[in-house]
Amino acid sequence: MSFRVGVVTFPGSLDDRDAARAVEMAGGIAVPLFHASDDLKEVQAVVLPGGFSYGDYLRCGAIARFAPIMNSIVTAASHGFPVLGICNGFQVLCESHLLPGALTRNSNLHFLCRDQKLKIENTNTVWTSGFKPGQEIVIPLKNGEGSFQCDDETLKILESEGRVIARYVDFDPNGSRNLIAGISNERGNVVGLMPHPEHAIESLMGPSTDGLTFFTSALQQLVGR
Amino acid sequence: MAKIIVEVMLKPEILDPQGQAVASALPRLGFTFAKSVRQGKRFEIEVDGDPTPAQMAEVEKAAETLLSNPVIETYVVKVEK
Repeated sequence: MSFRVGVVTFPGSLDDRDAARAVEMAGGIAVPLFHASDDLKEVQAVVLPGGFSYGDYLRCGAIARFAPIMNSIVTAASHGFPVLGICNGFQVLCESHLLPGALTRNSNLHFLCRDQKLKIENTNTVWTSGFKPGQEIVIPLKNGEGSFQCDDETLKILESEGRVIARYVDFDPNGSRNLIAGISNERGNVVGLMPHPEHAIESLMGPSTDGLTFFTSALQQLVGR
Repeated sequence: MAKIIVEVMLKPEILDPQGQAVASALPRLGFTFAKSVRQGKRFEIEVDGDPTPAQMAEVEKAAETLLSNPVIETYVVKVEK
């Protein structure tokens, strides 16, 4: 049986179609979800895609957080429902307090678009279980506000509980604390990642096919449930 | 008509690259007074008449939930006549 994975479209989302395509290539059924509805359409997991929800006005993700669909996602996530937030989706997850910390302006103030090497550090989350611990991957990174910031205590908790799921390698693109590229919640069902796995699923179109593993990981976890 | 002002600033420990960029541009224009610069946001909210305590309480709530992100920012609420 195939699993239904929702992809949310906010006004200003850009990567919802690529995310849906990645879900399908991983073997799932991509279900479009709309920001203005609170209906999760019986999906078993959800992806919050990249882009500029609500124009990124006020703060990235700050207005998207109050969309009706987010109420349903926050409630479901607290019961273990898998959620992956990519780029703007990561910002929305932080603003929704599903993940700690915040994403702020890149330290060099530039919008960056590059193929970025990452090290996968936690393979126990729903979205990273298909990787080998310490595996290095290359996927695109493209954002202007990708600097992960949090207070010292939160950083200590994230590090000691192994909740840093991926770190930038060889190059510091944005001044994130401890080179953090992605984190998970305590339970491992909610993951936020600044770089874009959905743009690295086919060798013709991306720097690698490493990104696909995020999506196949979740689908395999759903089989086991 | 009164204006309710909400000023939002990044917490001191949060890196402010925008403020730093302004700080480094000032001396290029011959302004040498600045030791450092932090950049923030200011919201001007118009209400009819003097704001009531209930309205001010709502503004506080809005400042805390939407206008600022308490993880990285602080805010101040004031009234201007």
